[in-house]
Amino acid sequence: MTNATHLACRECSREFPLDPINVCDFCFGPLEVQYDRGAIQARVTRERIEAGPRSIWRYKDMLPVDDDYIVDLNVGCTPLLRADNLARQLGMRELWIKNDTCNPSWSFKDRVVAVASSRARQLGFETLACASTGNLANAVSAHAARAGMRAVVFIPHDLEPGKVLGSAIYHPTIVAVNGSYDDVNRLCSELADNRHWAFVNINVRPYYSEGSRTLAFEVAEQLGWRAPRQCVAPMASGSLFTKIHKGFEELQSYGLIEESEVRMVGAQATGCSPIATAWQNGTTNIRPVKPDTIAKSLAIGNPADGYYALKTMAATDGGAASVSDAEVVEGIQMLAEAEGVFAETAGGVTIAGLRQALQREILDPEESTVVFITGGGLKTTDAVEPHVTRPIPVEGTLQSFEDAFAAAGQS
Amino acid sequence: MATRRVRFTFEGNAVREPVIYLLGHEFEVVTNIRMAAVEQDFGWVVLELEGDADEIERGLVWVAEKGVRIDPVSGDVVEG
Repeated sequence: MTNATHLACRECSREFPLDPINVCDFCFGPLEVQYDRGAIQARVTRERIEAGPRSIWRYKDMLPVDDDYIVDLNVGCTPLLRADNLARQLGMRELWIKNDTCNPSWSFKDRVVAVASSRARQLGFETLACASTGNLANAVSAHAARAGMRAVVFIPHDLEPGKVLGSAIYHPTIVAVNGSYDDVNRLCSELADNRHWAFVNINVRPYYSEGSRTLAFEVAEQLGWRAPRQCVAPMASGSLFTKIHKGFEELQSYGLIEESEVRMVGAQATGCSPIATAWQNGTTNIRPVKPDTIAKSLAIGNPADGYYALKTMAATDGGAASVSDAEVVEGIQMLAEAEGVFAETAGGVTIAGLRQALQREILDPEESTVVFITGGGLKTTDAVEPHVTRPIPVEGTLQSFEDAFAAAGQS
Repeated sequence: MATRRVRFTFEGNAVREPVIYLLGHEFEVVTNIRMAAVEQDFGWVVLELEGDADEIERGLVWVAEKGVRIDPVSGDVVEG
């Protein structure tokens, strides 16, 4: 039985039942899941978690789903790698990479969709839906297949065929909307009101976003039940960023880790950086933008949780970085060449953001730092294809090899 | 009768225009503001519109023509 008790408005604190709703009827503020904290405190121990399954469901006491409805694709428990090579390059003492490329559909979206799809089942939905250009659609399609639910995925009409394949293989219904991103946004918002479908990031968004907290839970456990002093995470809607911090705070409040401040630094691509720009301008009023960046998985021009991401930065003495597309490619290459981890463009944003935050002294190179790599590189090969090592062509003879190898400057 | 929850974002000269007043005046649409923040050259308003669905749609087209950005109240839905 879940310890989730109700939803509450993040603005006016009004309470609502655990229904498929995401906005407060009174002030239109976003809703967030609330838990019986006493019950969690009484039940959850490090030992109980460690004895659980090797997936996000080891934290089920802190997730809003009853056992019978869990959709289990073995999401989570992804590697936390000590990144000494990259740390040396950047002049850092202790750097860790949370490698969420290892999830079933190769991105962190599996975490949020695992929780959303499970809750959707519990709420009696038979259809899982989303609007996405990539990772989210992949995760929704995969989880719907696993759960035996119907998936309906909305995409912009001009999305590249390669991006569609990662969803299409799970056989969802794919709807290509002829119009702008704004048109897709509007259509899906209206459909969420009109259809009995679980739109993962609309009407079941409060449950969906809870899944991101498992990143913090895992990191703390993998560090031997402690929080890092600093985190760098990519920002799209801002939800992941705020929920990672919330996850650490919760573990502290339950006595599972010691009290400590976790400085939160968010990274965006300059071509879509409404949150970072607001931070730099010292305002909490976010100006929506039209995205123009290769970091498509972060291209949210009107971020739902941007305001809360800004508050998290302010509360943690953190900050924001915004990096050019060229820096994004460099970031992908740095991570791959130094640590053997191939990230998609969001990972490039995060690594380049880490470097910028160190240069601007937002981050302390002496403090333990975790960076969150949220998606696998094979999803965005077009971004790095022009920049990678080319093969050395040789004939099948020793002489040809020696000549060509030497000509390429190799020994 | 239909309702729509939307977020208007005003930039530049649009901040000084009484767009919401005129929306209610020129169209058969009731406007109900729930949250807002306005700076000198920028502002946003979250509001509920009530009226005939087609009339709301016509009103929103007119608002967009005034240079006001219109979004769902929950932010962008299309994710990567």
